Amino acid sequence: MSAIQSIPISYYIMLSVVLFSIGVMGVLLRRNAIIILMCVELMLNAVNLLFVAFSSYLSDTAGQVFVVFIMVVAAAEVSVGLAILVMIYRNTHSTDINLLNKLKW
Amino acid sequence: MIELVWLIPLLPLLGFAVIGFMGKGMPKSVVGLVGCGTILGSFLISLYLFFTLTGSDVKEHTLSLFNWIYAGDFSVDFSFLIDPLSSLFLLIITGVGFLIHVYSTGYMHDDEGYHRFFAYLNLFVFFMLLLVLGSNYLIMFVGWEGVGLCSYLLIGFWFKNTEYNNAAKKAFIMNRIGDLGFILGIILIFITFGSINYSEVFGSASKFASGDTTLVAITLLLFIGAMGKSAQLPLYTWLPDAMAGPTPVSALIHAATMVTAGIYMIARSNILFTLSPVTMGIVAGVGLFTAIFAASIGLFQNDIKKVLAYSTVSQLGYMFLALGVGSYTGAVFHVTTHAFFKALLFLAAGSVIHAMSGEQDIRNMGGLKKSLPITHMVFLIGTLAIAGVPPFAGFFSKDEILAHAFAASPLLWILGMAGALMTAFYMFRLYYLTFYGGFRGTKAQEHHLHESPKSMTIPLMVLAGLSVLGGFIGIPEVFGAEHLLDNFLSPVFSDSSMRVASHHLSHSTEYMLMGISVAAIGAVIYYAYITFVKKEQLPSEEGEETSAIQKLIYSKYYVDELYATLFTKPLNWLSEQFYKFLELKFIDAIVNGVGKGVNGVASVLRLAQTGRVGFYIFAMVIGIVLMLFYKMM
Repeated sequence: MSAIQSIPISYYIMLSVVLFSIGVMGVLLRRNAIIILMCVELMLNAVNLLFVAFSSYLSDTAGQVFVVFIMVVAAAEVSVGLAILVMIYRNTHSTDINLLNKLKW
Repeated sequence: MIELVWLIPLLPLLGFAVIGFMGKGMPKSVVGLVGCGTILGSFLISLYLFFTLTGSDVKEHTLSLFNWIYAGDFSVDFSFLIDPLSSLFLLIITGVGFLIHVYSTGYMHDDEGYHRFFAYLNLFVFFMLLLVLGSNYLIMFVGWEGVGLCSYLLIGFWFKNTEYNNAAKKAFIMNRIGDLGFILGIILIFITFGSINYSEVFGSASKFASGDTTLVAITLLLFIGAMGKSAQLPLYTWLPDAMAGPTPVSALIHAATMVTAGIYMIARSNILFTLSPVTMGIVAGVGLFTAIFAASIGLFQNDIKKVLAYSTVSQLGYMFLALGVGSYTGAVFHVTTHAFFKALLFLAAGSVIHAMSGEQDIRNMGGLKKSLPITHMVFLIGTLAIAGVPPFAGFFSKDEILAHAFAASPLLWILGMAGALMTAFYMFRLYYLTFYGGFRGTKAQEHHLHESPKSMTIPLMVLAGLSVLGGFIGIPEVFGAEHLLDNFLSPVFSDSSMRVASHHLSHSTEYMLMGISVAAIGAVIYYAYITFVKKEQLPSEEGEETSAIQKLIYSKYYVDELYATLFTKPLNWLSEQFYKFLELKFIDAIVNGVGKGVNGVASVLRLAQTGRVGFYIFAMVIGIVLMLFYKMM
């Protein structure tokens, strides 16, 4: 019985749900683009946590493989996202997403 | 060697492909060489086939190339049937076709559509060969439609002239009516016999009783097809209009080959027709009536090609009369001789038109004997042949038809004879008005008069030779010689001839009939000579007061006008109403409504595109949540 399995699975699920919900709320409610990006990362990591927990409980390594993949993709995504953010900042001198409302009907 | 038969239609098709796709850059001499060479090749193979057939005891070969259509219990092989009948038609099509191709190199020489003309002509020959070579009704139908298409293309060859285009459309649409009958006939054949291969259909048909209603229905439908293609009443009006095409086209398609497709089809299905006496009566009646009707119109026409066109309709009527009285050999015999002398007459008329710089009205001709000696000679031979003067080709074939008609009923003979006398009269009227008397054209035309080049006169002379000698392949029994054509074709018609009691006329009757017809035709020719040469009587000018009957006939019995009021105008009116109501109010409304609807919905929905990122993310989250809910339910 490993260290992870000594804690009931429902705890992990609850923690994940809380983390994920914080992420969603952050994305929906904050206007600062950097915060939004961080919240996206939070959601991703909530999922990662769940993956690892299930992987351990089900003794299936596939979940951990996914986690590695997600981290790689998230890193790449953040690098692109931050690059875009830098460009936005150079143009608007702000990271407020509500300023980016030129493209509409 | 029989295996090489597929080359016969393939060569003209290759010619079409080469000239059609690459002809524009080729010099005219090469186009002419390819066009004529392919037909010559086909002719030589056909000739070899003919001698193979006559030299062996096997009279029927089927060459199956591949399985063409296969669906359920419907299976059609792409296969060719070589028997005496198709072999004879092959010779006519490729032989006369070759001569007409050679003639065209001269006739069409200065035309800008030279290569297009030869491409179409080769394509036509291909389809015509397919029509006669096929071993089932479907291949015949493919050829049947193909020649119709080529006929359309060639009638409207000078497509810049609206009138010519209308003539082409008329021919195509009239043929559609007939083709509908033909295809329904084929479907009924398949339903009845479970096959459309000649061998199986005719094999099981001979087990039917005579007068079976299904067979009557089939043959009537097939005959409707033949009426369209072979220009019989009431579907004949397209043929005189088809003279809008270049003259070699009139000679090849509208005299020698395509219009005889109907006769070929009935001769091919002879067993079906023999078993349906009702249809036979209708065929004979329609044929005879057409023969007289068209001949009477020919009496007062002034266009050199129109006279020949009505004469073609009339001669086709004789062929159907022959079929109707059960003389299949007589019909095919007349097809053969008619191909010779009518092609000759058309080509000679073309030579006259060529010399007259495009003039076609015989009222403006006259006295062309001196300046066109060769054309005059061959035209005379053609006229004698069609009038039925012995020993020219037309005499033998027409005599055979009339003798069979007499055996069926003397009344048929009397009416047929009346038509023949009219034929003799209008042909000699045409001949005398064109070649005798003084020149009635303009000075410029007179100055331009010249004999046609060798490429045109040599085919004319060959055809003239055939028109003189062609009749000797079918000398009537009464002269004690063998009827070569009858012997050759007998395997094809054997099933039918077993069923029809052949009523032989006594020799004395036959001699008497011949004597009467020759004497009467001689008298008619003499009368024409008195009227048009001695008295120099000219046809009345346009708008001149004429007797009511003459006016009626000159206006072609107002058949075109009748069709216009009965069919064309109501249909046009109906189309217009459909346009006004269905098209504008209904179809257009739907089409425009769809566009307007999309526009209207979009003008509302686009408001969702607020440009605010927060709203987009919110919409996305809502969307995902909804999808998850949907999944869970």
